[in-house]
Amino acid sequence: MTKVKNPAHIAIHTLLIIGGIFMLFPFVWMITTSFKGDDEILTTSKSIVLLPDSVRPGFLNSAEDEARIARRSERERLWNLEQEKAPGERDKKVREPFRWYDNYVYAWRAQPFYRFFLNTLFVTITVTSVSLFFASLSAYAFAFFNFPLKDALFMMMLGTMMLPQQALLIPNYIFLSKMGWINTYMSLIVPWLASAYSVFFLRQFFKQLPKDLFEAATIDGCTRFQFYYKILLPLSKPPMVTLGIFSFLANWNSFIWPLIVTNDTNLRVIQVGLSYFSSEAGTRWGPLMAASTMTILPLVIMYFLAQRQFVESQATTGMKE
Amino acid sequence: MANKRKQDWAAYLYLMPVVVILVIFHVLPIFYSLAVSFYEWDLIGAPEFVGVHNYQRLFDDPMFYKSLMNTLYYAALSVPLSIISSLAIALLLNNPISAIGLYRTVYFIPVITSINAVAIVWNFIYHPDFGLLNKILDIFSINAQTWLQDPFWAMPCIIFMSVWKGLGYNVIIFLAGLQNIPKHLYEAARIDGASRWQQFRHITWPLLSPTTFFIFTISVIGSFQVFSQVYMMTPRGGPLKSTMVVVYYLYRKAFEQFEFGYALSMAFVLFMIIFACTLFNKLYLEKKVHYS
Repeated sequence: MTKVKNPAHIAIHTLLIIGGIFMLFPFVWMITTSFKGDDEILTTSKSIVLLPDSVRPGFLNSAEDEARIARRSERERLWNLEQEKAPGERDKKVREPFRWYDNYVYAWRAQPFYRFFLNTLFVTITVTSVSLFFASLSAYAFAFFNFPLKDALFMMMLGTMMLPQQALLIPNYIFLSKMGWINTYMSLIVPWLASAYSVFFLRQFFKQLPKDLFEAATIDGCTRFQFYYKILLPLSKPPMVTLGIFSFLANWNSFIWPLIVTNDTNLRVIQVGLSYFSSEAGTRWGPLMAASTMTILPLVIMYFLAQRQFVESQATTGMKE
Repeated sequence: MANKRKQDWAAYLYLMPVVVILVIFHVLPIFYSLAVSFYEWDLIGAPEFVGVHNYQRLFDDPMFYKSLMNTLYYAALSVPLSIISSLAIALLLNNPISAIGLYRTVYFIPVITSINAVAIVWNFIYHPDFGLLNKILDIFSINAQTWLQDPFWAMPCIIFMSVWKGLGYNVIIFLAGLQNIPKHLYEAARIDGASRWQQFRHITWPLLSPTTFFIFTISVIGSFQVFSQVYMMTPRGGPLKSTMVVVYYLYRKAFEQFEFGYALSMAFVLFMIIFACTLFNKLYLEKKVHYS
């Protein structure tokens, strides 16, 4: 590895870093705002204050910030005084001081977010695993078997990928409502168990495997299903991981479909819950940012974890060749 | 090779789960939609056959035209903006510099996050009184705007946010396309004394055209289906209905006003428009694409 000191590279890095800041800053702003109290957020002051009061070093404070912090500690002092009194004598008008995690507490209590998370996890994991299993079965048939109408069925499958999802919303809603599936987990899960994209993706991968593999295995007395789960599945870990990530992301973020087929709070998934919370909380920006952070964080963590596995699985397949 | 002709009926067993679900939820609904679009139906009463009345109503509906124009405006601005900026970033990333992986991750993060959560964040950034955008503009002594509450600015604000959100996906695809261009072409061009711009104009752009074509096609399709950010950022179609797009109008007709037949005729017209665009891309634009 030789390090080329190239002045052009400095310019490229500069541009990319500016772009990167632009990509990330909304998230930074979201996270820091989620730890701010209303007095910090609802300020028409023109200065941009990034860090919340609780972590900002004192020398960064402007006169305006100092005044606000003084008002806040005065409130805290009053509150503490009130707490020393007997419950009956307390002045109800003295408001509780803001603690740094209060926005999260507020959001978590305002809507049953734990329930939304459980619903989303349940739906996402079920759809991702079952749809991958179904897709791998179909891709196996398309890649290794000869059967009548093979090309027609494959074209139909590709055709469904080109249809706009919105065209399907209403007829599927009508169908599910006639089935009595509106406001059930079935309506959130069943329509998404088949993914033409996954079938296509896996078929392309299976096609690249050596043809002799299948023939050698069948000659050795391997049944078709044994070939599928003893040879094919272990070999297809990399494309499965990739598809799994795509599917997980798509399901975690899916919004318009669950919005339409559920209106029961107990069945709400996280995206729908967030949208309800957003219209309910109005201008409570602190709790809104806290709820957004809670929604985004699991995905970002999963993305970083899966990315490592992604790279590893690619590395191991590389070694075999 | 001898058993190549053998027909394997067991294949249907493997195909069944996927095919059954696709037929029920993806294929039949298309025909069903077309049929219901000739009826007036609120799902509760009996459907009433009205012939092409829904379609006639559609062509006389000023709100439908408005939503169509708004959707076209969204597509016309967001698609080129997204392609130009993501191509620029991909070209920068296609250099032998360090920390490429980190940059790719950073630019991809908005893609993996949910549109609803980031829409809330941008609502706050665009806030007229407490928002970051007006505070930043104040540094440059630019007057504050009301952004999402302003009929002129509401749509550009949504477009800007959407481009920011979707950029990373196009960057990754452009990068893959760029890495497929043989390096020796650039070496030859450099020996012949071609400038950086000439190299881009005569090597990168034509050889990248299959990728650009792919991104263009899926971006156009995607922009005609824009819904979530409009729903989250400008409730009720925005100031003076300036952000009322077709899918949002369709959603309101169906699930707020229960005019399912009318909404379906709209869905069908939208589908025809998307289909026509895709066909035009395929037949006309793809002729200009350079396939090696």
